[in-house]
Amino acid sequence: MNTTVSNQRTKTYAATRNACKICAPLGASVVFKGVRNCVPLIHGSQGCSTYIRRYMISHYKEPMDIASTNFTEEAAIFGGERNFDTAVRNIIEQYNPESIAVASTCLSETIGDDMEKIIRQFKARHAGESLPDIFFASTPSYKGTHMDGFHAATLSLVKHFASSGEPTNKINVFPGFVSPQDIRNLKTILQDFGLEATFITDYDETMDNPSWYTYKNLPEGGTSIAQLQSAGSAMASVELGKTLAKQQEETAGTYLNHQFGIPKISLGLPIGIHESDAFFKALESLSGKESPAKYIAERGRLVDAYVDGHKYNFGKKAVVYGEEDLVIGLVSFLEEIGLDVVLCVSGGKSGQMKRILKEDIQIKSHTEILDDTDFEEMAERCREIRPDILIGNSKGYYISRELNIPLVRVGFPIHDRMGAQRVQHLAYIGTQSLFDKITNALIEKKQNESPVGYKYM
Amino acid sequence: MDTILKDRQKQILIKGKDQFQMECAKASLAGSVSQRACVFCGSRVVLYPIVDALHLIHGPVGCAAFTWDIRGSLSSGPQLHRLSFTTDLSENEVIFGGEKKLYKAVSELIDKHRPKAAFIYSTCIVGLIGDDVEAICKKISREKNIEVIPVQAPGFAGTKKDGYKVACDAIAQLVGMSKESKTRPNSINILGDFNLAGELWLLKDYYEQMGVEIVSTITGDGRVDDIKRSHTAALNLVQCSGSMIHLAKDMKEKYNIPFKRVSYFGIEDMSTALYEVARFFSNSEMIRKASVLVKNEINALLPALAPYKQKLAGKRAAIYVGGAFKAISLIKALRLIGMDTVIVGSQTGNKDDYLLMKELCDAGTVILDDSNPMELSKFVQEKQADILIGGVKERPIAYKMGLGFCDHNHERKEALAGYQGMINFAKEVYASVMSPVWQFTKPKSL
Ligand code: SF4
Ligand code: SF4
Repeated sequence: MNTTVSNQRTKTYAATRNACKICAPLGASVVFKGVRNCVPLIHGSQGCSTYIRRYMISHYKEPMDIASTNFTEEAAIFGGERNFDTAVRNIIEQYNPESIAVASTCLSETIGDDMEKIIRQFKARHAGESLPDIFFASTPSYKGTHMDGFHAATLSLVKHFASSGEPTNKINVFPGFVSPQDIRNLKTILQDFGLEATFITDYDETMDNPSWYTYKNLPEGGTSIAQLQSAGSAMASVELGKTLAKQQEETAGTYLNHQFGIPKISLGLPIGIHESDAFFKALESLSGKESPAKYIAERGRLVDAYVDGHKYNFGKKAVVYGEEDLVIGLVSFLEEIGLDVVLCVSGGKSGQMKRILKEDIQIKSHTEILDDTDFEEMAERCREIRPDILIGNSKGYYISRELNIPLVRVGFPIHDRMGAQRVQHLAYIGTQSLFDKITNALIEKKQNESPVGYKYM
Repeated sequence: MDTILKDRQKQILIKGKDQFQMECAKASLAGSVSQRACVFCGSRVVLYPIVDALHLIHGPVGCAAFTWDIRGSLSSGPQLHRLSFTTDLSENEVIFGGEKKLYKAVSELIDKHRPKAAFIYSTCIVGLIGDDVEAICKKISREKNIEVIPVQAPGFAGTKKDGYKVACDAIAQLVGMSKESKTRPNSINILGDFNLAGELWLLKDYYEQMGVEIVSTITGDGRVDDIKRSHTAALNLVQCSGSMIHLAKDMKEKYNIPFKRVSYFGIEDMSTALYEVARFFSNSEMIRKASVLVKNEINALLPALAPYKQKLAGKRAAIYVGGAFKAISLIKALRLIGMDTVIVGSQTGNKDDYLLMKELCDAGTVILDDSNPMELSKFVQEKQADILIGGVKERPIAYKMGLGFCDHNHERKEALAGYQGMINFAKEVYASVMSPVWQFTKPKSL
């Protein structure tokens, strides 16, 4: 592999100014929320958990019952074991969950709380009682972003639950950080291929529940413990996200591969035709079936739309930002429709984004790539570049407002619009939706600025 | 499985049924899913509206990312407060210390933004990694010739309310810094209004109509220089007693400025807030102007409220907000539009607050301290509330259960204070309670 692409970059300011990332236990909470009848527990002070809940509520518009071990001064000095004990007992009393998923914080990690040990001792103290399953992911935010927390939580789940057994024909799907609607769409696709899939995790229903009437202590849906256990006997794992594929550290997919010999198929997020084709091809070979006619038609309609709309997109300067794998997926799609991606931005620091964009996606030589950065640096670049459109989460709104250009909201968070849970990004159907939104945003801008308010495109 | 945890039973009281003294002002119970944030949050919400100061959060990224532009505190000038700055500590700094990065970060930002002062918030791990933030602040302060004020706000060091005190202490460092010393006649400081959705501007306008001079607003649309000369005001008006009372007491002690507690929510409290000031200055012209103002506003307001009142009469409201003072005002405001309060609670109330709530409410009302989703949803259902008044974290509880919601937290976009605010409040409650969507949220079998 060509390793000449340098990933070294110095930020202009020592401070992070309007961070383009959030903290690790949030990512872990998203994963844990996708486990059936599970209460996430954040081991640290009350604030971290409450802020995380608030941030997720504003995006998903769903109740987010995430507990905290609520460190006091005493816990910060002597360790959080006592608080952990109280918290777990109270969670059991209030929620009676099947499992409790613990994520650490900067605080608990800095004081050196040994969670594995604390959990072990808790279980020993309560031997003989019927306890929920308790498992743990290490998620200090000084080590990584919400995406690192997300992947750490996913890995912790398979490590804790997956066990060997009679080989099955099931597929493990690691979808990455996508929308509940995306998961729903992927489920349908796998079903249509006749594949039985375990989503790790499945936050389709849990994060986008129907109306309730009576409050549910635990939302419906999610990956069950039995499903998680069966991850160790699956036929294959499909792991979405190109940075994940290149990552040195262990991922859930590589763990299952090493531990149980389960083949791992690494793919990019299936956005755009190339990446969706690769995804469908993988499903064809896993299922031994051709893609159902429904998807051939979806693909055909997408190509048709690409053609119908190509002039509106061609050469328009786009800035794409967000999680690294999402950015990579989006860029691969945008390159297909002739948009000129002038700047790619992420707060992530896997160190892989630049190389993947250059080598795998073969972006244009003038595309600037900024990783491990923040929104103010992005704003400064945008003021110079003067893009035509921004594509990313809602936190870039202030830049689009200043530059008077459209923002197409994708990814996480979307705090200022309805329907964040239902934004579709993946496969032909998701790409179609993104394509329409992006093209229409550009058309609308031109129409609004026209002196005559025309009625046709 | 129990909705009410044993250790929380004394924080829930039903008027007319329970006789015990409500427990409050204590740390949240681990595992209970409290709606509270932390000490840092308390300090940040109070200081944030100082718009020409630099606010930098020293710690890992989360605390800053979560509070970026989180409040609807409007500024009539600079927007510096809306930027989120953090040292975003990484592992290396956690091991070897973050002082160097802090020094560089703050120095650079001061050079770029030329703020009037800088607040440096220390979050949970800063003390543990041994950074001497105070020394760094002093050094930068000397070099840049502006106040660089450390705000020691590790989340675990108490509750959100303790954060208010930390913030007040930080502000107190600015008070009195200007050379002026003469008390200005008929002048006030407005403490504890944060100019959400421009509420402060409504209040300012009322007081100015009465001939009152406003020396500083702390902290809504706040300015460092105004705070520095705030000791020249003749009277401090403190709203949201929880958050700014420390500062008012401090200024009383140091500068002998008396203070009055007021609230601007609802007609009654708003009018009292105006009359109190006029009476304090015992200025007959001011009293006359106040009564003209109040009369005009009420004469315009009551007929405008009438149609809402007619439709909302007898509807039941549940209140769960951060500050107890706000909850108390809301009980009165709801009564004005014909509604009954069946649940009232706060994150940070004290004994007196809860006694007052008890006094104001009807028998059977549930009073809650530091509640959580399980309790709120249980009582809302039991009491058949039609609307929940709360913040972002309460909203999905209401919506999921098919009842209305009114946003009364710091993110709101509608001004709810003052006379105009009362109409907005009625409209918002009405819009939610009367929406046709609820016909679909009942169980299907009905
Ligand atoms: S509890 Fe500590 S780390 Fe968490 S948000 Fe509050 S200050 Fe930040
Ligand atoms: S302490 Fe760490 S985990 Fe908690 S909010 Fe701050 S960055 Fe996030």
